[in-house]
Amino acid sequence: MTAPAKASRAAPPGATSGRTRARYRSSTPADGSLLLLGACFLLPLLWLVLASLDTGAGHETRVPAQASLENFAAITTPGLLLKPLWNSLVLSSGTAAVTLVAAVLAAYPLSRYRSRFNTPFMYAVLFGTCLPITAIMVPVYGLFVQLELLDSMPATILFMATTALPMAIWMTRNFMDAVPVSLEEAAWVDGASRMTALRTIVLPLMRQGLGVVFIFVFIQAWGNFFVPFVLLLSEANQPAAVSIFSFFGQHGAVAYGQLAAFSILYSLPVLALYVIVARGAGSSFALSGAVRG
Amino acid sequence: MPARTGGRGLLRYLPVVPAVLLLVVFLAGPVLWAFHASFTNAGLTGRNARSPEWIGLENYLRLLVDPVFPLSLGLTVLFVLGSAVLGQNLLGLALAVLMRRARRAVSAVVGTTVVAAWVLPEIVAAFAAYAYFSRDGTLNQLLGGLGLDQPDWLYSWPMAAVVLANIWRGTAFSMLVYRAALNDMPTEVAEAAQMDGAVGWQRLAFITLPMIRGSVATNLMLITLQTLAVFTLIWVMTAGGPANASTTLPVLAYQEAFKFGDIGYGTAVASVLILLGGVFGAVYIRLLREAKR
Repeated sequence: MTAPAKASRAAPPGATSGRTRARYRSSTPADGSLLLLGACFLLPLLWLVLASLDTGAGHETRVPAQASLENFAAITTPGLLLKPLWNSLVLSSGTAAVTLVAAVLAAYPLSRYRSRFNTPFMYAVLFGTCLPITAIMVPVYGLFVQLELLDSMPATILFMATTALPMAIWMTRNFMDAVPVSLEEAAWVDGASRMTALRTIVLPLMRQGLGVVFIFVFIQAWGNFFVPFVLLLSEANQPAAVSIFSFFGQHGAVAYGQLAAFSILYSLPVLALYVIVARGAGSSFALSGAVRG
Repeated sequence: MPARTGGRGLLRYLPVVPAVLLLVVFLAGPVLWAFHASFTNAGLTGRNARSPEWIGLENYLRLLVDPVFPLSLGLTVLFVLGSAVLGQNLLGLALAVLMRRARRAVSAVVGTTVVAAWVLPEIVAAFAAYAYFSRDGTLNQLLGGLGLDQPDWLYSWPMAAVVLANIWRGTAFSMLVYRAALNDMPTEVAEAAQMDGAVGWQRLAFITLPMIRGSVATNLMLITLQTLAVFTLIWVMTAGGPANASTTLPVLAYQEAFKFGDIGYGTAVASVLILLGGVFGAVYIRLLREAKR
């Protein structure tokens, strides 16, 4: 990137004294370009925050004449905010729970038994992660119509769990592979069954990995707009992603301040969950569970 | 479960069944149904919804004649190349490289900002991008401040707006992949190259990139697949308009099926998209298998 980096003087003393590894450059030009890029990424987010505090907000980014929490107060009603958020919670935790149970069960034999089925199965699962879900929504709608499952929360949960399942199986198996079999063997000698050993020995040892999988699936489900938009029709079932769109997107006069306030309240849970994963396990750790074979 | 150590037979694979059932019913089923329905005149409502007729290749022939389909295919290629292969990929690499040289605090702050745009729910990111690119939005405020032209981006340059918005939204993934890859690289190599007098871009082109080429390939495949399926961002920003000027394939499939009620034709578009995803997915899995050997 050709940012107007100011290479005015050498790095200030102390900052790059070779204290950290592999700092083989004065970092001022890098700092400059990085901050410039960061500013580009920050600007659209800045609008969100400023508009939420501004009762007269429009499209433009401006510091509110008088910052107030009025927008937040205006949208905090049971029908507008709380019910959709509750629906989002039911949908996302249901999806994450179903995904995790199915993924753990499937990952166990794939991790513990040697068989010529395993590799083809894992690649077939991986292939499943590659299918564009948006393309599948038209046929899924058709399927739901035929089975009379439209607007059914449990059916939508099962579908969303399925779309998350391939990645979840892949990650769960990687985490399970890291738990040594020898620990289970002791339990088998004591007469425990495979499933008991899985529940009492293996799962507690990989709980951090299970947490990562659960949160990943939860974040995806919480943010998903298209699937509930197509499958959940009645207002009583719609999660926040859809209700925010139907309330603000389809009404002519838009209250941008309230839209921004709603967006922030709706985003906070996933931002918090992401911080937990990134802090606790390291995002590159989670990513390597997902991306690498 | 009766299977003990060394227990044989398919019984020990019983725990895989729930996952397989879900994948067959909700993933493989709809895909096969899509291929089937694309050969019928299935409709959203009316007689064609109750008893669709087999019409052979008619929908696919229509794709060839319909002027919107080639346009949509071209726009999809433009969207994927512009926002994923070039935009997210190169910007993600640039950010990862710069972050290694910049001060720790700077790279932490910028990294958080970039990731925030990625972790936000897609509908919120889409609203923020919509406000940013609207006629009186932040981008035009900036251009106005510089004394430049202020076009109505969403109307005059819809593709440029959605491509830039998707770069903003998705670069974090490439950045995280490349940061993990660069962190895995032994520092001795870079140091040795530096002693031999290689300057920054030479080290990047001849040493770093060849060493992380596996990550580059993986990243390219994954962001291509993700970008191929983007719907919400475009739907909220332009709804495919004006006059189909930003109708990528997912938007076209949705419009044909749900707006015009032509499920048969919509699933034909969706089938093309599924096949595209399948081809990229197969290539990706091949790459992974070769990397493993």
